This record gives sequence, structure tokens and C-alpha cells, in this order.
Amino acid sequence: MILRLVWRNLWRNRRRTLITMASVSFAVLLAIVSKSLQSGTWNYFVSSIVGYYTGYVQLHKQGYWDEQVLDNSFVLGDSLREALSKDVASTYTPRIESYMLAAGDELTRGCLAVGVDPERETKLTRLREKLVSGSYFNDDGLIVSEGLAERLHLAAGDTIVLLGQGYRQTNAAGKYPVAGIARFGSPQLNEGIVFMQLNQAQELFDAAGRVTSVVFMLEDRHGLDAFTDSLAGYRTKGYEVLTWKEMMPQLVDQMTLDVGGFYIQIGILYLVVAFGIFGTVIMMTMERRFEFGMLTAVGMRKSLIARMLMGETLLIAILGTICGMLLSYPVVYYMTTHPIRFTGEMARAYESFGFEPVLPSELVWSNFLGQGAVVLVIALVIGLYPLVSLTRLNTTEALKR
Amino acid sequence: METVISTKNLFRTYNPDTIPVHAVNDVSITFGRGEFTAIVGPSGSGKTTLLNLIGGLDTPTSGSVEVNGTDVSHLKANKLIDFRLHNIGFVFQSYNLIPVLTAFENTGFIMLLQKASKEEREKRVMDLLEQVGLGDKAGSRPRELSGGQQQRVAVARALASRPQFVLADEPTANLDSVAASNLLDIMEKLNREEHVTFLFSTHDQRVIDRAYRVVTLEDGKVIRDENKRNG
Repeated sequence: MILRLVWRNLWRNRRRTLITMASVSFAVLLAIVSKSLQSGTWNYFVSSIVGYYTGYVQLHKQGYWDEQVLDNSFVLGDSLREALSKDVASTYTPRIESYMLAAGDELTRGCLAVGVDPERETKLTRLREKLVSGSYFNDDGLIVSEGLAERLHLAAGDTIVLLGQGYRQTNAAGKYPVAGIARFGSPQLNEGIVFMQLNQAQELFDAAGRVTSVVFMLEDRHGLDAFTDSLAGYRTKGYEVLTWKEMMPQLVDQMTLDVGGFYIQIGILYLVVAFGIFGTVIMMTMERRFEFGMLTAVGMRKSLIARMLMGETLLIAILGTICGMLLSYPVVYYMTTHPIRFTGEMARAYESFGFEPVLPSELVWSNFLGQGAVVLVIALVIGLYPLVSLTRLNTTEALKR
Repeated sequence: METVISTKNLFRTYNPDTIPVHAVNDVSITFGRGEFTAIVGPSGSGKTTLLNLIGGLDTPTSGSVEVNGTDVSHLKANKLIDFRLHNIGFVFQSYNLIPVLTAFENTGFIMLLQKASKEEREKRVMDLLEQVGLGDKAGSRPRELSGGQQQRVAVARALASRPQFVLADEPTANLDSVAASNLLDIMEKLNREEHVTFLFSTHDQRVIDRAYRVVTLEDGKVIRDENKRNG
């Protein structure tokens, strides 16, 4: 009977209930769409940025990240390869890297020389797709970043000399043909990186069988924690497992700042909605004072009346939230499958950093449920008002009309 | 006659610290089982306040109200609500039904609060609605009923919990003469046949004429207590 009463009371003032529910639905719709755009954009940025080079997770010898030298490399033997293939539900690519001097005919520049497994590397970082001229690792040819090639006046087919220090401070020097030129979205990478084949680099660095890192890419960044946990056992075996968040803390800071700004905007939206619900609840409470007086007079406890009122508030919020979720689903779905595409200056700015000029959205249930939960919490808090009002209710005063 | 209600030196004083107004002023009175009593007097004489004190809706400034030996003036809030639920039926002046419930549901509401079984509830509610002549209106909402019919549902609801007595505050005030007469007929019949105790506060001469006992208040004091049955 109480549930029936709650439901029927809700429709006493049909227009007011519908307006309140509509405002809740609209807020939930706006919040879910905004949150999906925000998380979709960050997902895209993060996957693009980690996809340039870093990967989502890297495995190193303990201490390598603090002191990135070849002496902190480790042997990637068959047993470790087998173990990784067995333990890790993701493809990986091994690398050996060190800073070297690169020279063309006339100029010399510092650069990062990286030895990679060409097939594995392109699966993870799409290195092959970044080629702007030449070919992808022919014989002993290297891939040189476009910015570095321009500075050294190199083109595909020219010769590049690498000079530096190898494993255990040996001299490392070599002369190689330039197989291809690649363009990277990140200016830092584009200005100074050279890719070699893994065994070629190990030979140059006099570090046979050794690598400095194993890089992992994930299909979905939300699975990061679970993936890192699956590698936890390696931490006790002298390795360090670092996520992109630990390797690029400045990106995390930027994200945190952006998310904070988003919550302020959404907070203002919810504040407006909260006042809308509050107004309805105040009216629902005030205009029924006589009825509450009558109900307590005939023997209904105030706590039961309070539960009834809380039920009415929650029901408005739940129905509004469900409507908002249902309305937002096709919107988010469409925006996920048909991302907003930038044009003009904005598009060029995106492209200059190697990003596709789109504003992608993300269709994940956590965005829907999270915003729904916020509205329910707001409704619960607002639902406390009738409780307070009822504790102050004086039956004889309420019965005076 | 068995005493159901007893008040002793009952006071209800408003503004006790500034200009005291004694809405009920030293009232000591008893009401027996099966009475059909009207409490009358001019506006502001304290009729409704006395009824509220007897019904445990208001707290006396001093003195006591006992219902079947229980001092209701000292019960805690929830105990008092439960006491009312099981012992007192109320009929208010008007608008005292829950607008979103049908006549059947309004009548059964009190029994629901008493946690009566569904079968018992349905049987008693239909009996009561038949007794007040609204068996065919069980599914009607209050807005679909006339004022007189609504008051009859209110009487049925007041009786649903099998209370010790029914307090009716100006029950005919908003009714035309036919509806008022019908309502009084029903209440009189219930009093006569079912021995239900009724206590009215009223200005209405029609009610006063039907009452067996008339208690007259003035300035919060009982100035006359006339039992018409005894002459």
C-alpha cells in the first residue's frame, strides 16, 4: 500500500513531476554526454601518446627508469620470452636504446638510437605507417625521424654515422644507410630518434641478447590495473614494471586538472538540478501539511510518512535518471561511431601533433552509472528535507486550515 | 456505565509567560462507553482544544487525560501515535481522506497500519462501507465522491481500527442538511447497534439535537453538562 501511495502521490501534480523528471533527465543526458566526450578524448589522447613510443606498460631491469643507461639492460633470453608469452595477455616489443651522436655529411646531432624488432614494433607503435619516404628496414638500413633527417640533411639512401658508448662503456660506432624517413606526432620524437633492427643495435652497443625495455600495448586503457597486476610477479625477480602514468606524470597531472575542471562544470549543472528537485520536494511537503497532520493523528508514524516522502523523491530521481540514461545512450553511441570532426585551424593544430582531428566519445557503462549515482546521491540528500520538516511537524498546527 | 475517558484538572494554556490564554481551564470530566456526546460552545470556547487533548494530539499544560486507564498526556510521541492508532478514531471537518486512495483503500488504511491480515481487512472494510451506505463506491477516489459521502468514508475509516471511541471535530460543518442528516443517521445507528462511542465538537444544532449528552464550554470551562436521556 505504501508503494502504491508513493507511486500515486507522484502523479498528483503530473505536470510538476514531469517537469522535475525532465530536468533530471536533461542533466543526466548532458553529464553523460560530456563525461563520455571527456573520457573518450582522453582515452584517444592517451592511446595516441603512449602509441607514439612509450606503450602502456614497460618492463625494465630494476633501477633503469631512474638511470637510463645500457648497464641497466637485461638479457631477454628464451626463458623470459616464453614466460612473457605465457603470462601476459598482450603482444610486446623488446627494445634496446641509448643516446648517441648522429652525423650526416656536415652536421652532428644528439639522438636516441633504438633497436627494435621491426614486426613487433610496428604492431604496437605503427612505425611502418609513419614512414614518409624510403622503405621499412631494408637489410641494414635505419629509420630516421623526419626532424633529425632535415637537420642532418639526410634522405633515404644516404648514410648516417652513429657514435657513442656501448654496454659497459665500450666504444660504439657504426655507419649505416638510411632506409626510410618517419614522421612522428610528438615534436620531441620527431627531432631526434633513429630506429635500428634489434640485433643490429645489440651489435653496435656490444650487448648481445640484451634489451633495456619490453613495451606492452593494451586494447583498452581501463584494463591497465589488471594488466599491471598480471606482471606483479616480475617485480620480485629484479625487474621494474612501470605504467604510462608513472613514466609520464605530467600527462597525468594535465588529465587530473582537466577532470577537475569538468567536475566543476558538471557540479554547477547538478546544483541547478538539485534546486529544481528541492523546489518540488518543498512544494510536495508544504502543500500536504494538513494531510501529514491527519496521517499522524490517525496513527501513522512520522518515520513512515518520511519514508513515503523519501520514496517519492527517489522515484522522481530514479525515473529521471533512467530516462536520461536511455536518451543519452543513442547520442553517445552515435558520437562514438561518428566522432565530431574538426576542420580548419583546429584540424591543422591537431594534425601537427600527429592526432587525427576528431573529438571522440567513449561508450562505457561506468560513465552512465557514475552520473546516475551522482543524481541519486543528490536526491537522497534532498530527501532529508522532508524528514527534518516532519520532525518539526506539530499535528494540531498542521490540522488547522 | 464503564468510563472510557477521564480528565482531571485539565489545563491548556497558550502564552503562559506573557498574556496567558486558558483554552481549556481546569476541566475534570468523564465519558462512558457508548456515549453519543456533543461538546458545544461559541468559537474560541475550547471545544477543539479539549478534543485534541483527549485524542492525544495536543499536550496539556497541566492535569491529565486517561483513556481506559492509560494517561495519554505523558506518552512519548511514537507511543502516542500507536495509542491513537489502536484506540481512537478521528473524523475531521473536511478533506480528511487521502486523495490518491479509493474509498476502500482509505477505509482499510488504518488496518494496514495495524498490520491486519488482508482477508480481515477486506471483510471489515466492505462491512463498514456497506454500513455507511457506500458499498457501491468502494473503488471511487475522494474527488469522485460528494462531501457527505467523503465524511461517511471518514466515519468508516475511523471505525475500521475498532477504536475505544471516535472523536469528530465539526463533522457536519461543510455538509448540506441532507448529507448532514444522513451522516448523523449512520453515526447514531452505529452507536445504537454497535455501541460505538462518539464525541463531537460542534456548533451544529442538528448534531446537538441528536446527541444524548451535551457538554457546554465557555472560556475553556465546562459550564453545563446535560444528559438528555436522563432528562
